[in-house]
Order: sequence, then structure tokens, then C-alpha cells
Amino acid sequence: MTAKTILEINERIRDGSACVLTAEEMTEYIREHGAGKAAQEVDVVTTGTFGAMCSSGVFLNFGHSDPPIRMQRVHLNGVEAYSGIAAVDAYLGATQPSDSDESYGGGHVIEDLIAGREIDVHAESSGTDCYPRKILDTSITIDDLNQAVMLNPRNAYQRYAAATNSTKRTLYTYMGTLLPGFGNVAYSGAGVLSPIFNDPEFRTIGIGTRIFLGGAKGHVIGSGTQHDPDNNFGTLMVSGNLKEMDTRYMRGAIFRGYGISMYVGIGIPIPILNEEIAAATGISDAEIKTNVLDYGVSGRPTMREVTYEDLKSGIVDINGKEVRTSPLSSFHIARTIADELKQWIKDGEFFVSGPAERLQRHGTVKPMREVHGQLLVRDAMSERVHTVSVHAEIKEAAELIIEGKFNHLPVLSEDGALVGIVTSWDISKAVARGDTGTVRSAMTERVVTSIPDEFIEIAVRKMERHKISALPVIDPNRKVIGMVTSGDLNKLLVRR
Amino acid sequence: MKMMIYVSAAVHDPVIARVILDTDIEINVDRANIDATSGEIVLEVPADSCARVATAFERHGASVSILEHPIIRDDDECVHCGACINVCPVQVFSFNDDWIIAIDESKCIQCGTCVTACPHAALMVMSE
Ligand code: SF4
Ligand code: SF4
Repeated sequence: MTAKTILEINERIRDGSACVLTAEEMTEYIREHGAGKAAQEVDVVTTGTFGAMCSSGVFLNFGHSDPPIRMQRVHLNGVEAYSGIAAVDAYLGATQPSDSDESYGGGHVIEDLIAGREIDVHAESSGTDCYPRKILDTSITIDDLNQAVMLNPRNAYQRYAAATNSTKRTLYTYMGTLLPGFGNVAYSGAGVLSPIFNDPEFRTIGIGTRIFLGGAKGHVIGSGTQHDPDNNFGTLMVSGNLKEMDTRYMRGAIFRGYGISMYVGIGIPIPILNEEIAAATGISDAEIKTNVLDYGVSGRPTMREVTYEDLKSGIVDINGKEVRTSPLSSFHIARTIADELKQWIKDGEFFVSGPAERLQRHGTVKPMREVHGQLLVRDAMSERVHTVSVHAEIKEAAELIIEGKFNHLPVLSEDGALVGIVTSWDISKAVARGDTGTVRSAMTERVVTSIPDEFIEIAVRKMERHKISALPVIDPNRKVIGMVTSGDLNKLLVRR
Repeated sequence: MKMMIYVSAAVHDPVIARVILDTDIEINVDRANIDATSGEIVLEVPADSCARVATAFERHGASVSILEHPIIRDDDECVHCGACINVCPVQVFSFNDDWIIAIDESKCIQCGTCVTACPHAALMVMSE
């Protein structure tokens, strides 16, 4: 079996004779010539990805002011950075929103820094003997900072589940706008160009691997948070010098209704040291699988398995319906990155490095430990519910409401099923109009309901979304078994 | 060709019906937002009849603008991610061979969905 060393490859990069292919080209090459030949002929394969990577941010060092300040809170263009480290160090996270502008956040400040734009800095402190200053306002550019080091705890997800929505309403998520009734499928990840999928055993990608990060040279500094190689959800922690980056490969982003994120461009070169490593880079979109999850249902059930080839075709079948897909990550820029990295290597500007230490090849992710258990609607609902028949007179409903001192009265059909709801406001309106009919004329027919096993956070979301303050709790036959109010839920949430 | 019609207080008049009767031209209503005091209507009109339709609307007291570029993309902001593709009801966006976004603006009915869906604030609907 042919084997090369990193040293030999770098020698060829230096004298300009290295054979470099992008992962897309390599897949074709192996299909034609096989992995054995590829291992002999090809020296480096370049990968690339460009997509939303929320778990990103930068360490900044501002230098000391005169008189000095120990920054206890610091804002950059109105976006707070974490300053619970030394006096003038801060970490600005990509998803941190601006205090005043919901369409601007950490990702945008990072992009503005890279672009060389002026950034307003506002810092506060309680003042100490050695750092007497309490307030500081200034304006800086990236050149004024001593260091601006990007350090992203979790990037380059090996693959990502795709998203769809079975409900009747549009969902605004970090997977973008999900249209109702399986209206679309959104996916992310570069497929054939995905760095980790081209080296899933982490034979060459490890601590110290030199990479392309945001248009500059950076490094892998470890496995990322939530690294889950057992399930092909490996991640990387990466670092690089923000001062050398390029806004083409590092962009602030906003997902309406969700928040701020950042598009991060990463390219990883894979030195082809032997046939095994070569064979892994032959992976194609058709071999990379992921699941389509229903974001409309809690627990996000899997609708089906798909390949990246299916996703990239623009249409997938869900429950017999042809649904349009589109990516959130840019395959065009992923390809540009793989090409640019290839060019750097061919030009002798970028040398490959072996890992100082390999990443964990096994492991998975645990859920959060919660000591209070999950609170359900059944824990908060009141079981003593007053109801009224749909045939009752409005006067009767009015009396019930007055006696019972409550605001919501579920309306039942003859067989006891929920058919509507009247509030004290509906009744007052009907009385004021001199309406003498039955409850039916005053009630709202489209009732928003809950079930006993619903998480209370979901019930709270429902009330907020519909601007209502109570939900009847029903069983599968639409029998009302309880009532839950926003007051009950808030009391319960506050107690935690 | 897309055309935007602004009507004011007289919205109760069947303006569109009158214009169709006057001009005998087939007009398609893509979108209409009408409230108590005024309304905005986006129409699809055969390109060679635009001028006649516009004059007819103006005669009935409406103001008209031709939407040459109903949807505008800022090329500096667009990263060709494709998030706009599947949210558009009339398939204005598509990928070309190199995964670059192509825009067929003539189809746009200015619903605005893509504008909020774009993670890079690269899209804008134009009112003139
Ligand atoms: S969603 Fe925005 S950034 Fe993405 S391709 Fe469309 S216009 Fe470009
Ligand atoms: S506004 Fe956007 S989503 Fe709506 S029709 Fe035009 S291009 Fe399509």
C-alpha cells in the first residue's frame, strides 16, 4: 500500500508539483481510477463549507485607557460582549443581539470589524483603586485592537438534519422560514464538500490541523462542543486571526423570528497519506444521509431519511407530496473556499499539517440534566371547570361568570364536546348590545386548546401567540377536563 | 409586465372591472392589499398593453406605476445560500449550474416572503 508523509507532501507543495483536487473533483477521480491510484497520484484534497454556525465568536483585547478601566460591561455597537475576564478582554458571541436593533447582533459586529468599519465601544465599571474609571466611550477599528482572535466552540457540523413543518402556520426557525403543510424543506451542510465527511475517522483532522477559516489561515483546536462522532454529527472547535479574515467568508446573518447568527467559511485540506484516507474522500452526495425532521411537533419526529443528493435535487417526497427543498448554507461559496484553498496550496502559500493529537472518534451527546422534572399542563390546570351548554341563554352564562368570578367559560354541545368558548368580555358585549339569544351567538368557535401532557412552555407560547389568557384542557373526545390560565402557568414557572 | 395600482377612497368602485371592460384586455390580479382608506393592487398585464391599461386606470382616478424591477437583490450582501428559493410562491429564484442564484423578476408578485426569509437582508421589494 502506498504511503506518503506530511513532509513529502509539503516538499511537493514547496516545489510546486503537488497534485491538489477539491473533494468534488476527488469523488469523480476515484469513481474513474479507484482509491489506490488516487492515493498514489493525489497529494491533497480540499473541502469547504459556508453556512450558519451560531457557536462562533471572537476574543478581543482593547488595550488600556488612561485612566484605566476594568470593563465590567462592554457594548460594541450596542451589542454586549462577555467581559468577565481580565480588565480589557472580552468575548463577543455571534448570536448576541443588539440591545436596540433586533436585526443587528454579534455576527454583524464581527463582520463590521473585519470590514475595517468604526465600532462604538461603551464600557462600564464600578471603579477600583487600580482601575478608577467608571465609564468609557470610544470608537475603534480592528486595527486599534491588540488582538482579535476568532474562537468558535462548535463549527463545521459533519451534517445537519433537514427541517420541515406539518402545522398550519409558518414557523420562523434557525432553519429559516418553514412554510405550513409541508410547504418546504430547508437543509444545511455542504454534502460532498463537508470537511468531516471526507475524513470521518479523523485520521488527518485533529488538534493543530491548519485550515482555511474566514479567508485566513486558522487551526482546529479540538473537537467541538456536542461532538457526536457515533452518530455522524462530529464537530470542530476552530480558531484564527480575525485581523486577516475577509468578509466574503464571514458574514453576520439574521433569521427573522429566531435571531442573529453568523455564516462561517471553513476549508480543511486533507493530506492523502494512504489509500484509506483517499477512499474516504471519494464520498459522494448520494452516500451522505440525513433525516428530515418535523419542526412543527415537539420532539421533532423524523419524517424520512434523505441523501444530500435528494436534497440538492430541489425536490423530495414527503408523505406522497413533492416538496421543494432549498439550502441555507451556500454551496457556491463552499465550492469557492475549496477552490481557493486548492489555489493557496498550489501556489505554495499553504502547507498541510498533521494533527498534534487526534480527536475523539467515539462519543455522543447527553441531554441536559433537569432536577425539577418537566412541568406539564396537568400540573397547572384547575379541574373544577364551569361549562355552559351551547343552547343556554346568554343571561345564564353571564350569571355563571359573575358567580364563579372567572373569565372563560367553555361551551359544550349536547354530547358534552367542546364547541366554543365565551369570555366575560364576549358576554358583556352581548349584554350591552341587548342580545338575548343563546350562547352560540356570543361564543368564539375556534378554540385554542391544550392537553394534560403538553409542556407548560408550549401552552405559554400558544397563549402569547393568540393573545389569550386561558386554554381549555381537553381529552381525545374533546371533553373538557380542565382549564389552565396564564396566571397559573406563570406562578408555576416563577416557582422553579 | 407587473403594474402597481394605488386606489384611494373610491375603493368601493369596481375599478378593475371597469378597466377590463373599457380596454378589453386580460388582466390578472396577483395581489391586493385594501383597507378602509386606500389600496395597493399588483396586476399582471400583457407587456404590449401596459400603456393603455395604465391610462384607463388613471382615468378612473387611480395612480399607476410600472414595476420594472419588482424585486431587487443587493449583490454585495447575497451569499447564494438559496434560502429564498423555496419560500417564493411563484418560483422567482433558482440555482444556475454553479449554484448561483438566478432571479426571474418578471414573475414576482411582491408578496414579501423572501425579504424576511433572506438571512443576509439582501432582498427588497420596490414600489416604483
Ligand atoms: S436568501 Fe438572500 S442571501 Fe440567500 S440566496 Fe437568496 S438573496 Fe441571496
Ligand atoms: S416578493 Fe419574493 S417571495 Fe414574493 S413573489 Fe416576489 S420574489 Fe417571490
